[in-house]
Amino acid sequence: MDLVFLIPLFPALGAMINGIFGLFSPSYRKNHKLVHTVACGAVILSCAVALWVIFDFIVLNRPAGNIYEKVIFDWIITSDFKTPIGFQIDPLSCVMLFLVTFVGMLIHIYSTGYMHGEEGYYRFFAYLNLFMFAMLILILGNNFLMMFVGWEGVGLCSYLLIGYYFTKKSASDAGKKAFVVNRIGDFGFILGIMAIFTIFGNLDYTEVFHSIGTHKAFLLSATPVFGLSVVTVITLSLFLGATGKSAQIPLYVWLPDAMEGPTPVSALIHAATMVTAGVYMVARCSPLFQMAPISLAVVAMVGALTAIFSASIGLVQNDIKRVLAYSTVSQLGYMFLGCGVGAYSAGIFHLLTHGFFKACLFLGSGSVIHALSGEQDLRYMGDLKSHMPRTYWTFLFATLAIAGIPPFAGFFSKDEILFKAFTAEHLGNLRFILWGVGAIAAFMTSFYMFRLVNLAFRGKSRVSEERMHHLHESPANITLPLAVLGTFSLLGGFIGIPLIPGANVFHSFLSPVFGGHSLAATEGAGHESMALEIVMMMVSVMIALAGMLLAKKFYIVSPEIPERLMNKYKIVYTMLLNKYYVDELYEKVIINPCEAICRFFWKWDDKAVDGVVNGVGKFTLFSSFLSHIWDEYIVDGTVNGIAATIEMGSKAGKKLQSGYVTTYAFIMLSGLFLLVSLYLILR
Amino acid sequence: MIPLNWYLFLSAVLFIIGAVGVLTRKNAIVILMSIELMLNSATINFVAFSRYLNSATGQIFAIMIITVAASEAAIGLAIIISMFRNKNSINLDDYSLLKG
Repeated sequence: MDLVFLIPLFPALGAMINGIFGLFSPSYRKNHKLVHTVACGAVILSCAVALWVIFDFIVLNRPAGNIYEKVIFDWIITSDFKTPIGFQIDPLSCVMLFLVTFVGMLIHIYSTGYMHGEEGYYRFFAYLNLFMFAMLILILGNNFLMMFVGWEGVGLCSYLLIGYYFTKKSASDAGKKAFVVNRIGDFGFILGIMAIFTIFGNLDYTEVFHSIGTHKAFLLSATPVFGLSVVTVITLSLFLGATGKSAQIPLYVWLPDAMEGPTPVSALIHAATMVTAGVYMVARCSPLFQMAPISLAVVAMVGALTAIFSASIGLVQNDIKRVLAYSTVSQLGYMFLGCGVGAYSAGIFHLLTHGFFKACLFLGSGSVIHALSGEQDLRYMGDLKSHMPRTYWTFLFATLAIAGIPPFAGFFSKDEILFKAFTAEHLGNLRFILWGVGAIAAFMTSFYMFRLVNLAFRGKSRVSEERMHHLHESPANITLPLAVLGTFSLLGGFIGIPLIPGANVFHSFLSPVFGGHSLAATEGAGHESMALEIVMMMVSVMIALAGMLLAKKFYIVSPEIPERLMNKYKIVYTMLLNKYYVDELYEKVIINPCEAICRFFWKWDDKAVDGVVNGVGKFTLFSSFLSHIWDEYIVDGTVNGIAATIEMGSKAGKKLQSGYVTTYAFIMLSGLFLLVSLYLILR
Repeated sequence: MIPLNWYLFLSAVLFIIGAVGVLTRKNAIVILMSIELMLNSATINFVAFSRYLNSATGQIFAIMIITVAASEAAIGLAIIISMFRNKNSINLDDYSLLKG
């Protein structure tokens, strides 16, 4: 486990090598093979070390207290603020570490196929490696400040990679949007971290969470902010950060636009890893959240609301990647719902399974887009099954997983979240609403995912002639990661089997992190809850199947039904298609006033501030002019006048200096004569 | 005995001749000679008064003047030779470098 520092180090080196050599050496830039060998090599090494560290942690040297910390060096040292660069391995970071390095590795390999021959190949891999580095810092750091560094680092890489095709206006706009929206969330995150530092005097996870007891009275005291307790305010600020990074209401708007980036980026950053950072952060801070029931309720409600809200938008989108984007937002909502009802391990479980099947879906869609030479519109697809069977099967596996059909991975995790929401008794009747919302969202998920599959892979082909010509199954470096991820979508759920006591390995693995406070409902529960769980499970499966069958009915058996519905409920349809006009609303309510204010301040700056400055300048200019006149005519005049007078006198005297000795002698003698005469006369 | 006045007249005439020579002549050697004339007129004055007043001081001064005149002639001639070497002329009209 001492090797943990190597895990982020390799991608950092890879990013540096690709970035620096690529920037300064055109021949290196053209050598695509070398570029992707460096990038993939770095991530594969990092993944290997990560797997070893995880193995070491779980099997060989399980540390006492299930937390292994290694401080590399002190980073910031001031009188009362000390932050080390240190890494922490505990079950939670193990899960994240596995997901990030493993999926990251697969996506790097996939990218070598997908980005083949792209302009700026080196740039892509440098950013991708940099992202891996930042993400690993985020999940491995042992204090809030390192998490923040990683948090900002992934935000930066996300911005760079969304705007990868920066010559395209929409892509660079999307990058900016993602960055700015994330900054809003980060503001809350920073506030939360500062508050934690002020109260605990420390940012180290273990120190902070262990000293919660000593600060309990203060944490629970009321603040002027609506009378909420201190800890509620802190956790809500942190959660604001999470809504930004993990695309929850109200800050989810950037994620669908982020699909402008290359598809592997969407898969890695905007589906599997970065966007789950918010969930990770909430889970990491679970000891704090656990003290703030109001924050938890907010988390759960925002999660559920986001889940259903974005799922409903996903129902009608026609862009294959946008459907997946809204699906990601919706699934992230599930994770927050899980965390919000206190079932952190269920949330993290969903995070893990979602990481696999969503990455698989995105990579599959990338494979489709690649095969169709850039076509992303579902209306111009169909019957791809017969052309790209490997992509189809892996995509189908992942779809079954996200829809929650047993025994695929998503079933276990989603079902657990819904069950936990249903049985979260501390929430009162709110839990039924949360469950209902979650269940409807699950139905929608199943529907839109099978709609996607049916439109893209089954039914009649609507691919244009020209594209049909190039249609081909993708090469092995694309299908291989798909196969691996597809397998994980199928098998990943079995680490968290419900019902059978002791079989939920995942839950018991994470219990040291959340154990003390997690509201474990199922572990060793009675028969009634077991019966309830079985019923709930049946309901979930039925919901998923219903969605699946409805999609089949709508898009294969009788395609005229959605057409008819569309015409009948035109208003609903356009509203969904335009994403509830949220972007337009934000534009009107937030962006335009902001712009107006900016304009006003600009005017103020331009006219008033600059006016004062320019006025002073003009005044100075004028006074210098006066001074110049004074200098030139009075001072210089005096000096020159004296000089001129002297010159004139000299001119007269000059005549005397004839240069002839005779003249001098004459003057001398006449002078002598004069003096003697005077003497004689005046005597 | 020849009265003092006569000596004084002689001396004055000599001095005026010398002065006019200095003022009017252009040749440096002639000017030098005219200066000698003026010096000698002064010497005559000294000797005359020495006799008239019965004092040896005037005669001593006369010898002093003759000495000075000799050295002056030596230096003056040396200067004139140097001038001649420079400009190949001893006409003072050619030497007006101090003209303002």
